[in-house]
Amino acid sequence: MVKLAENKHYSEHKAIERLPVPSKVYLPLIQHLGKICTPEVKVGDTVKSGQRIAAAQSGVYAPIHASIPGVVAAIQDWPHPVLGRAKAIVLEGDGHCEGEAFVLKSRKEVEKLSLEDIRRIVLDAGIVGMGGASFPTHIKLNPPKPLNTLIINGAECEPYLTADARLMVEKTAEIVEGIALIASALGIKEIYIGIEDNKPEAIKAFSAFPQVKVKVLKSDYPQGGEKQLILNILGKEIPRGKLPFDIGVLVQNVATVYAIYEAVFKGKPLIERVVTVTGSCLENPKNLLVRLGTPVKNLIDSCGPLKEEPVKIIFGGPMMGIAQYTDEVPIIKSSGGLLLMNEKEAQTLEEGPCIRCAACLRGCPAGLMPCQINLASERSLWQLAKDYGAADCIECGICNYVCPANRRLLQTIKRAKLEVLKIK
Amino acid sequence: MRNKLLVSGSPHIHKNESVPRIMWTVVLSTIPAGIAGVIIFGLSALWVILLAVIAAVATEAVFEVWTKNKITVMDGSAVITGILLAYNLPPNVPLWLPIAGSVFSIAIGKQVFGGLGQNIFNPALVGRVFLMASWPKYMTSFARPFSYDAVTSATPLAALKEGKVLEHLSYLDLFLGKRGGCIGEVCILALLIGAAVLLYKGYISWHIPASYILTTAVFMYIFGAKQLFHGDWLFHVLNGGLILGAFFMATDYVATPLTIKGQLIFGVGCGLLTAIIRIWGGYPEGVSYAILMMNAATPFIDRYTKNRIYGTK
Repeated sequence: MVKLAENKHYSEHKAIERLPVPSKVYLPLIQHLGKICTPEVKVGDTVKSGQRIAAAQSGVYAPIHASIPGVVAAIQDWPHPVLGRAKAIVLEGDGHCEGEAFVLKSRKEVEKLSLEDIRRIVLDAGIVGMGGASFPTHIKLNPPKPLNTLIINGAECEPYLTADARLMVEKTAEIVEGIALIASALGIKEIYIGIEDNKPEAIKAFSAFPQVKVKVLKSDYPQGGEKQLILNILGKEIPRGKLPFDIGVLVQNVATVYAIYEAVFKGKPLIERVVTVTGSCLENPKNLLVRLGTPVKNLIDSCGPLKEEPVKIIFGGPMMGIAQYTDEVPIIKSSGGLLLMNEKEAQTLEEGPCIRCAACLRGCPAGLMPCQINLASERSLWQLAKDYGAADCIECGICNYVCPANRRLLQTIKRAKLEVLKIK
Repeated sequence: MRNKLLVSGSPHIHKNESVPRIMWTVVLSTIPAGIAGVIIFGLSALWVILLAVIAAVATEAVFEVWTKNKITVMDGSAVITGILLAYNLPPNVPLWLPIAGSVFSIAIGKQVFGGLGQNIFNPALVGRVFLMASWPKYMTSFARPFSYDAVTSATPLAALKEGKVLEHLSYLDLFLGKRGGCIGEVCILALLIGAAVLLYKGYISWHIPASYILTTAVFMYIFGAKQLFHGDWLFHVLNGGLILGAFFMATDYVATPLTIKGQLIFGVGCGLLTAIIRIWGGYPEGVSYAILMMNAATPFIDRYTKNRIYGTK
């Protein structure tokens, strides 16, 4: 764990603002971990906002919904923030969303819902883990073993990002409703929310709800990593190769819980999310409520004027985020932040030889020896990389961050992870 | 549409830390001991230090030009090697001796292995044992403190070894450096000031120095006198190169273990070897050999002291 410069001041006090509905959205057919969806509309079809437009037959997937009302203009390859390029449904509207209506449920109706009903609603709403992993949520609500603890992840440990923090302050009651819903459906009694101590407003907001135990966490990175969160809240480790289920724990991100609330109570599928748009080059960094599929240039324009031309556009935070090659790439379900860097911030440092200072060992939250895996990987010694536990890397990036020789430890370890998988 | 966007793997930020910054901080931390050495032994000590540093840097530059590698002499690592070699020499050696030592340190101790980060032994100590083996006479005659001339005297450890009567030195004298010895090892106070800087900056951790010094002290207390448990452990901590070695040479990143467990083993090993050499060995002092032997054991220690991975027993 390391202490990072937080840089949350750019946007932490900016209330969530709605970005005007774009006239064109690009909805990739894959915005989740799992199977790619098949379009259920043809070019020329008219769609309503919230209408399901793509889904898979079975397996691990989350359906895609129209995020604006309009006409299907194309189904084509388009830049994708994670995959580089992927097939996307292009919708054209008129920049309005009048007549958007979802079927609200009363509390009485919600209370009657069974776990199976909730799972169905969550699947139909296309909800995935919104902290970045984008694993379909309905599958997480179908645990193979009984669960005893629910942990809500409000750590938001990546520097710069404030979307979850704002959501926790502005939508506290809704998130608590969502939490209660999940907990009662799964029969869970122990409920925690983990929040870093750099978010006093959020801590205060949740302290008003006694049914949720607020765990104040040190603002160390990667406090919001699932394994670290469980360790620091429950004092337990997930045994190697196991999942949180195996120790009776379910972890959900606050934005995901909010999406579940909206789906169940308001009948609203996942068609928009909060995105922090930030960085020193922006005149007005913001937390924006954005329709999925909106190209990032719309977001940047709304936070302008630019003080400086950005040379790097990152989806997510500076530690685990993905650098983009174009500003036409759309916001998808897992995009919680958009970080712009100027030339100085984005400069690449020259790599030198390892001096075995062991800073990477001290920083590694997985207990690995990154410099040793790096050496093994550079020499293609995959068995050695495996022995050093390459597969246990959580890709948090601390090793690269602390390395005084600027070695590309994470990249070589990621490569080793892929090769290690092939070893029987 | 923006083009020319920079794409690279995560993470996209870096801690403001670099190898030259670490190395130059270490250089800075050695300065108090050097100043003390010059005050105690006079200007001849200064010349030894300067010549050792210049020779180390020049050798590194020549080697890098010759092998068509990047010139990295400004990263501070060769400067440290020069300084540490000089600190391990008597102040009254002929002035070609530090040059010969530095050339050997950098050429044979470091560059033949591939330069920075590749050496298996501490380069400064490689140079020192080379000089010990080649010109033992110069390496074992020590100037008297504050005599500023060619009057030599045995170091307290050498006198002890040879069974000579020790001139009376209080612990305070030893702490401040009023004794015969190598340039950089005598003033414990100055060494501790430098060590405090490195500990504060987090560039070294306490594990190796503490386990090293403690082991030597305990071993000396038990076996250091004719009767068990009567050894003058404090005398042994303050004499010889123990403090210099423990904080500045046994902590050299490259040739020491990576994990805390490994570093503790390394420190204890250095402590045992130092004490054994001092009590039963042929030399009055054992710090250099102890560290070099443990350097050799480092890959082995590393192999058996891996960190515990999250989620494993």
